[in-house]
Amino acid sequence: MLGEGILKGLAETAKNFAGSYVSKERLTTVQYPEERIPTAEAARVFPFLVYDGTDWEAGLRCVACQICEKECPPKCIYIEKSKDKKPDYVGKLQIFPARFDIDVSVCMSCQICVEVCPFEAIKMDTEFELATDDRFEGLLRHRNQLAKSNEYYHKIHPTEAAEVDARLAEEKAKVEAKAKAAAEAAAAKAAAEAAAKSAAPADAPQATAPAKPAEPAPKTTGGGE
Amino acid sequence: MIEKADQIFVLLLHWLVGFLPASWQHVASTILCVATIVLLYPALFAIAVLLERKGLGRMQNRYGPNRVGPFGILQPVADGIKSLTKEDIVPFRADALVHFIAPLVLVVAVFMGFAVMPMGRNMVLVDMDASLLFFFAMGASTELSVFMAGWSSRNKYSLLGAMRAVAQMISYEVPLLLSSVVIVMMTGSLSLVKMVEAQNQYTWGLPHWYVFTPWGLAGFVMFVIASMAETNRSPFDLPEGESEIVAGYFTEYSGFKFALFFLGEYVGMFGIAGLGTTLFLGGWSAPLAALSVVPSWIWFFGKVMLWICFFIWVRGTLPRLRQDQLMNFAWKFVLPMTLVNLVVAALWRFMGEGLLRWIVCTAIVVVAYAAMGRVEMRRERLGPRSYRYAE
Amino acid sequence: MSFVFYVVAALTLAGALSAVLLKNLVHCALAVSIAFAGLALFFLQLDAEFVGFAQFLVYVGAVAILVVFAILLTRGSETPKKTEIFSRTWLTGLAVAGAIFAVPAWAVLQAAPWMIHTTEKPAVTVQEIGNALMGRYVLPLEIVALLLTAALIGAVIVAMHEKEGRNS
Ligand code: SF4
Ligand code: SF4
Repeated sequence: MLGEGILKGLAETAKNFAGSYVSKERLTTVQYPEERIPTAEAARVFPFLVYDGTDWEAGLRCVACQICEKECPPKCIYIEKSKDKKPDYVGKLQIFPARFDIDVSVCMSCQICVEVCPFEAIKMDTEFELATDDRFEGLLRHRNQLAKSNEYYHKIHPTEAAEVDARLAEEKAKVEAKAKAAAEAAAAKAAAEAAAKSAAPADAPQATAPAKPAEPAPKTTGGGE
Repeated sequence: MIEKADQIFVLLLHWLVGFLPASWQHVASTILCVATIVLLYPALFAIAVLLERKGLGRMQNRYGPNRVGPFGILQPVADGIKSLTKEDIVPFRADALVHFIAPLVLVVAVFMGFAVMPMGRNMVLVDMDASLLFFFAMGASTELSVFMAGWSSRNKYSLLGAMRAVAQMISYEVPLLLSSVVIVMMTGSLSLVKMVEAQNQYTWGLPHWYVFTPWGLAGFVMFVIASMAETNRSPFDLPEGESEIVAGYFTEYSGFKFALFFLGEYVGMFGIAGLGTTLFLGGWSAPLAALSVVPSWIWFFGKVMLWICFFIWVRGTLPRLRQDQLMNFAWKFVLPMTLVNLVVAALWRFMGEGLLRWIVCTAIVVVAYAAMGRVEMRRERLGPRSYRYAE
Repeated sequence: MSFVFYVVAALTLAGALSAVLLKNLVHCALAVSIAFAGLALFFLQLDAEFVGFAQFLVYVGAVAILVVFAILLTRGSETPKKTEIFSRTWLTGLAVAGAIFAVPAWAVLQAAPWMIHTTEKPAVTVQEIGNALMGRYVLPLEIVALLLTAALIGAVIVAMHEKEGRNS
């Protein structure tokens, strides 16, 4: 009979209406600012710069190579190289970004900057509350706002961060091994030389001396990680 | 005491007007009444919008607005402030004058209907003989305002929306009128006040509402359907079908003018709900003789709000109709039903008291409903359409 | 015959004049509906409630919409390029207008002498109109009803689907 379906439908909505007051499972809404769903591990919103250690300025992994600036499709990264240098994670002296700005309003979260960075210095953040009432300055995130610690990275993307750390450690070990080998070789050479020519002590120590203090230095920075 | 509570607004008015010289009293009381109506219904509108948003939310297992104020009850205030402070944009090519007048015509016409609505015992602004006719006359001018809005915007969606709205309103005005004519036949009057008085009687404590008779029930159902279509409520809200025509005839309206359209729509809903209450549900009379102690105006507004809740419920339930379904439904089902109902009402009148007329009238209504329902539900053969004279 | 009368009269005349003089057809239709509404107000002023509201319901509610629909469905609402208001057959138009004006004018002139002397308006209630329609004027009413029904059926036939045979 005509109208039967309408009555059934009305009963259904009435059931939903009453049910939503009785059972909490029906209400799937997450009351956002108070309640939140944990973000998925693979979530990505906006890039940030990783730093090691506790001092963000000293620990910044970025070496201002500007690859990401060139590769960013909408061109929203602005980098200025520093004049001086600071040691990077293996201890090599590198220049660092004196200015590193990313424009939130332009970034399209494509992650290309992350993919091209050879130094694992830029990663995607899961922080999404970037809204601001200042349309120009507020949306341009500076170096100090972008810098986040490696621990933070571990917290938001644990798997990825572990991989990155493993890779970095491997690289560092390689560098260290190389350095050690070089040092050993140098030491052996020096020893051999010293043994061969115990005379003429003036030249040899001078040649090895600058190399030797340089080797322990990366070890201390590496230990500080 | 009961008497006082029932007449509280009337007494209040007399008391207030009493301060003025006699020659001013008539004018002052009119102004006061009009001001009350003009303030009261927007307040009800705010409540209805909140109810609607909350109720629809709950039907869809959502919370609905719950941020502004405790449980979100201040949401309408926030909405109001928002729409009042928004920029008022008039399209460059729009017909500025007509574009401006359209919402005003709508709101004025919609408010006029309340002039004759008995909202409680002795609570009617103008008690005229032809008040039902007056109500429909005012309702008819809303169509013109809808057309003006749609045409003056110079936007294809607006125009399409307006054409849909006008076609729909005209089609459903016929059943709306015809289903009310039954009541006129029974009361022998076009006056809404007399209609309520005729229903304000009780047998064994039960009221003589027209909805409790076969013809009254059929008329009531048809009236509800037609009133939903007349106020562009879902499932008849094609004129503002978002998926096809943005927002229909008020696509190009923003800010305060949009708010006026919104207000007009809801106040129109109150108007038609009030009329339906007056015609079929006994207006301000209590549902049981024992409950007559409760003031009459509480019954009237309670019934109107119930009616609105039903509209919201239906909106949460039914999907939107298609244009041809809408027209078929109006002309092939609702209209014939109201015509049958006229005959039934005439039979009722001439058969005299007794059980027989109940049986006969109920049988006719049920058979007609079932038969027409069957015809309606027959599956239509699909195929290319052609018209006899349109080549 | 007071201030209200003159306001309504001015409104009605303005509506009627603009209906003739405006160039945009839809504007004309809207102006005509103002004139219709003015006429309804006149009826109300004469205490002819029923006629007044019927005028409103039928003319403002239905006829104006019908006119508007007709305009939109046929010629569109564009303003014509030609700027002249007078058509080429203005002489015929003038004759028709004059004839139409003459009939009511004659009626008014005939009616005027006794109208002026009547002080009170005849109080015709809706009830009486109903009784008259059902009693004395029942035959004309039935004829009109028949005519309208025939028109309705005609419209349905015009809009009816073609037989299945032509579908393929
Ligand atoms: S995520 Fe894409 S758009 Fe954003 S800064 Fe990186 S490369 Fe540029
Ligand atoms: S973030 Fe990576 S790619 Fe970009 S400048 Fe720094 S080191 Fe180079």
